[in-house]
Amino acid sequence: MLTRLISGDTPRSPVLAALLGAILVALMFAPFLFPGVRALDTAATICIFILLVASYDLLLGYTGIVSFAHTMFFGMGAYGVALASIHMGRSYEALITGTVLGAAAAALFALVIALFSLRVRAIFFAMITLAVASAMAVLVSQLFQITGGEDGLTYRIPRELTPAFRLGEIFDTRINGRILNYYLVFFSCLMLFLLLLRVVNSPFGRVLQAIRENEFRAQAIGYKVVLYRTTATCLSAAMAALAGSLYAIWLRYVGPDTTLSFEIMLDVLLMVVIGGMGTLYGAVLGSVIFVLAHNYLQNLMGAGAEMFQNIPILPDLINPDRWLLWLGVLFVLSVYFFPTGIVGRLRANR
Amino acid sequence: MSDALLSLENIRTDIAQYHILKGVSFSVPRGQVTMLLGRNGVGKTTSLRTIMGLWQAKEGTLTFDGADITGAPISARARAGIGFVPEDMGIFGDLSVEENMVLAATNGMPDPARLEWLFSAFPALRTFWKSQAGALSGGQKQMLSIARAMIEDRKLYLIDEPTKGLAPAIISTMVGALRTLKQQGATVLMVEQNFSVAKALGDQAVVMDDGVVVWTGAMAELAESSALQERLMGLSMEAH
Repeated sequence: MLTRLISGDTPRSPVLAALLGAILVALMFAPFLFPGVRALDTAATICIFILLVASYDLLLGYTGIVSFAHTMFFGMGAYGVALASIHMGRSYEALITGTVLGAAAAALFALVIALFSLRVRAIFFAMITLAVASAMAVLVSQLFQITGGEDGLTYRIPRELTPAFRLGEIFDTRINGRILNYYLVFFSCLMLFLLLLRVVNSPFGRVLQAIRENEFRAQAIGYKVVLYRTTATCLSAAMAALAGSLYAIWLRYVGPDTTLSFEIMLDVLLMVVIGGMGTLYGAVLGSVIFVLAHNYLQNLMGAGAEMFQNIPILPDLINPDRWLLWLGVLFVLSVYFFPTGIVGRLRANR
Repeated sequence: MSDALLSLENIRTDIAQYHILKGVSFSVPRGQVTMLLGRNGVGKTTSLRTIMGLWQAKEGTLTFDGADITGAPISARARAGIGFVPEDMGIFGDLSVEENMVLAATNGMPDPARLEWLFSAFPALRTFWKSQAGALSGGQKQMLSIARAMIEDRKLYLIDEPTKGLAPAIISTMVGALRTLKQQGATVLMVEQNFSVAKALGDQAVVMDDGVVVWTGAMAELAESSALQERLMGLSMEAH
């Protein structure tokens, strides 16, 4: 049953299986295990980034296409929900309409980009996506009346998904709309992740992997490479947009910095590399490690600096202000010790 | 002679600034094994790759099964019924043996009887069915490459040096499988440097030199004449 649910793509390593199981349990019971607004926010961000990174891995890891427009698609989903909520009012219809239109617009945009650039060398696709994503970020920033410009947009979502809505208590935890919102994000991300697993383990996914390995060989056994690459690009873009929509529902705010920035694109790239390319479980590990480091490394370093304040140099080295430096060091070390990503290494050691 | 399944007329192919094929013309008769012979670097592999579309012919006409395929994309040629076994085996190393085979089946489901025949011809494929193809030995990869092309009936098989670098025992397995394919009436165009293999399998021979065809005729005629071999390919029958 479980093997069927994960489309036969078993972890193939006891350590990996244990890690994935622990992450699933931790995320599933996050509101009860890790009380507090910040912890819940971190758990929701992890869920959303797992989906976003997995959708990027479909493109990079499974198809061998480098894109810099993934956050643009993520932003399309987020702005879709925001604009629909503003124009249609606080309702579930607005959320659904914004989500569907955001995903459709992302897929359509991806189709146009793919048709223009995937016929030629893959590097042109990367360049075109970079240009289009930059143009979109500028456009969003300048179309202030529609997008709120650099300030972004705040909007209202159905009351049942906000902290104001209270349901009662379970295990000493107050159940409110924020927790319902978390479970909406969690189960949506889980279902979409399982769908992505189904895609990459289907005959379609095998063809993508064949194309990644050698496109001419794939053509020589009869596959239309451009068609498959284009389909993967559209699917990946739609998934990124769905992740964006969930992020918008969770945050109740969208802005260029939270959804469209190139910084997020780099983060996604790092998460794919750290976790391991060409395996969706890599997206899970990469996202968990990166988001946790992003949210808690600074605190950890602050505590460490305080603990070692009597030792010379060390407190300066682990000063919380230098957290980005240590995040960089963590990345370099992980690439050095796990060139095939954490999942690749764990599977090799089984 | 049977009618031609494939015809090359005055094919010219350039790779960068080099003129590799300088007007190649020959035909591959239906239901026969045609050996493409010649010394190293005369354009045999380029001819196969041009037929498959991996290199585009600059001039000339390629006719396959009555249709002009000169400008057709690679995938269209494959779907028209050309199976290609490249010199570098062309397997997908990250995928399993099973996945490699399934990918080559048109509807994603190989015919069980056909699969059983391939297993009997290449027993190693059954043993390593679930293994990663990249982890196979050179001989096993070659078997997989040929078996993948044979997973369905193709109108034409293009096979580039199937015995290159293989141990004698594996060559014998390979020749056995190709002989069975020949007995089934398959049309094959094969590049082969091993003359004894060429002699054992070939019905027709096309000899190339410096980017052009210098001789065509029956394989038996070439095999019988040491002088002809010496003149065309710089080798003598006795040496093999």
